[in-house]
Amino acid sequence: MQLSFKKSKSAAGAKPLPGKLSELREGEHGVLERIELPEAVSQRLMELGFIPGTSVTAAQSAPGGDPRVFRVDGTEIALRRETALHLILKR
Amino acid sequence: MGPSFPPPAAKANSRHTVALVGPPNSGKTTLFNRLTGLRQKVANFPGVTVEQHTGRAKISAQREVFLTDLPGIYSLKACSEDERVTHDVLMGTMPGTTRPDAVLLILDATNLTRHLTLAVPILSLNLPTLVILNMSDDLRSRGGEVDSAALAAQLGAPVALISASTGEGIEKIFQFLEGTAAADHRRSTPLLQLPVLQDVPKCRQWAMQAGRGSSYQAPAHSAWTRRLDAVFLHPVAGPIVFLLVVIAVFQTIFTSAKPLMDGVQNLVSNSGALLAGVLPESIFRSLLIDGIWKGVGSVIVFLPQILLLFLFIGILEDSGYLARAALIADRSMRRVGLQGKSFIPLLSAYACAVPAILATRTIENKRDRTATIMIAPFMTCSARLPVYTLLIAAFIEDRRLLGGFLGMRAATMLGLYVLGFVAAFGTARLLKSSVLKSEQTPFLLEMPPYRWPTLRSLALRLYDRAKVFLHRAGTVILLVAVVLWALGSLPLENGKPPAIENSIVGTIGKTVEPLIAPLGFNWKIGVGLITSIAAREVIVGTLGTLYGMDSNTQSVGLQQALQKDLTPGAAVALLIFFAFAMQCMSTIAVVRRETGGWGWPVAQFAYMTFLAYLGGFIANHILSGAGPSTLALFR
Repeated sequence: MQLSFKKSKSAAGAKPLPGKLSELREGEHGVLERIELPEAVSQRLMELGFIPGTSVTAAQSAPGGDPRVFRVDGTEIALRRETALHLILKR
Repeated sequence: MGPSFPPPAAKANSRHTVALVGPPNSGKTTLFNRLTGLRQKVANFPGVTVEQHTGRAKISAQREVFLTDLPGIYSLKACSEDERVTHDVLMGTMPGTTRPDAVLLILDATNLTRHLTLAVPILSLNLPTLVILNMSDDLRSRGGEVDSAALAAQLGAPVALISASTGEGIEKIFQFLEGTAAADHRRSTPLLQLPVLQDVPKCRQWAMQAGRGSSYQAPAHSAWTRRLDAVFLHPVAGPIVFLLVVIAVFQTIFTSAKPLMDGVQNLVSNSGALLAGVLPESIFRSLLIDGIWKGVGSVIVFLPQILLLFLFIGILEDSGYLARAALIADRSMRRVGLQGKSFIPLLSAYACAVPAILATRTIENKRDRTATIMIAPFMTCSARLPVYTLLIAAFIEDRRLLGGFLGMRAATMLGLYVLGFVAAFGTARLLKSSVLKSEQTPFLLEMPPYRWPTLRSLALRLYDRAKVFLHRAGTVILLVAVVLWALGSLPLENGKPPAIENSIVGTIGKTVEPLIAPLGFNWKIGVGLITSIAAREVIVGTLGTLYGMDSNTQSVGLQQALQKDLTPGAAVALLIFFAFAMQCMSTIAVVRRETGGWGWPVAQFAYMTFLAYLGGFIANHILSGAGPSTLALFR
């Protein structure tokens, strides 16, 4: 039920916005909605600046595109794709 | 001699201790160095492995306070060992330490809102606290500003805007320390109520409010950092620069260190000759010249090279490049089952495995941490440098490669570094796919902006390193030299020292010789392998003493003596042996402490020695032409 609802929503948009931090390309930015990771990890991410409601910009990456540097709250933090996958952006 | 400190028990009541707290990359260590200069020492906290840096800050002619540099933290929640230590020290529950009388909270002014969140748990400790906003020069030059008086009113604590690297505003810290030392601490009522500690978003909101209330203007991103990252993290240029940096470091260590090393060498041999000329022929002269001068002298020669290596590591670390290197390396780290966080301890293992193993405590995952500890001693530490340099200079021809850019000797050295690296990663892969298999933990790494390394901090690092190296030369190596000399002069034959082969040390060497003969080593090397279990560079001192006492080689330098005594195959075998073997007592001790038992260090020692023996055996047999038939054994 919910799955189909989500699908139709993204299909309705003219240009699908990236839904996850990992989908941002270099130079793009998005607003963080939530972190879907265990408590300890999401606490640490929040301490580093990844607080829901904050704007995050994707910057350079290591060769091959992973890990990538993200600009958040005046600093630059590198995350692996496997972590960035669980940082959900506002649509 | 290091600075002396009064015993804690005797003056516990009268001395004022101040804790220095701050997030990583806030310039904490720079400030600590500026406040304490050379009046500092490093020790471990009782019972845990976290390093405790303490030092004295001179406030006035008669007055001093004791500063403790606590590990860099993002919060006080006590997740990692670092945070637990900081928490316990600040709460006064750390056994063996008294609760500090005051706190210096150091924050990066260019990153204020994020760093201010740490002020919440620190200020709620209700200790007299000075909030230090560091990097005022950076803030100004990038167009940011902050009203420190307004911030002080918001927080209810004094605020000082300073630059630890230039010393700007540093007097405000001394004024605060003077106030604390005189037990006069005022704290006004803060305008902002502190939020609940556990709620990170609330704390952040509070920090934003505090920032706004003090008209904080965040600085523009450092244009230079952007520009440099465009090159250093470029998909093609980045890895090339990385390689060029590594090659340049090796080439410089070899070429620039040469005149300095020659200078020290001349100093040692000339002073030895001078002493020998002045002293009358006696047992004492033999001990001093053949034992100590040749033994300790042959190790001290390597001081310039080791300092040069530490200079490079210091520049790479202080400039911020190291974090980029870790980013580039993460992919390869992951391939062997480790994470980028293992990279920084492994890099510092190039200097010394002991601090590297201590640095693994930032890795939260226990299995990843053990794996990193197990492979760290494979990285080419600076104690291997004397052994490598000696053998390479004696046995490798100095030809130019790559159109003159890289010398043959530097290339050999680079090859040995690569060999250690490959062994480390192969071992990691083995461990992570078997006994230490685990879920991967996320890799989170802050990229600090690029900064010019300050001369002061580099000089302090080198001073520290020189002290450690010379201390070892003056204790372990001196002791080994004296014992070797004694064992090499006994038993007396007709009241005279025997030929070195017939001495006790000769007998010991001859006993182990059959065991190491397949590697091409003679009995003198055998003695060196035994003594170097204390520390790798001891073999150089040992060989210096042994060849110095041998009447056949007494008159020539150690290099020439080795050229006469070893085949090239055996020399390469010895190089490879040292690339793999875990010849270091301090490392064994620290691994035991960190892993909490003898199991891991014993397995590690056995494994590394086995690899060393096997590698040496193969190298010797290929190079001495006995190749095909013996190698068939390994197919």
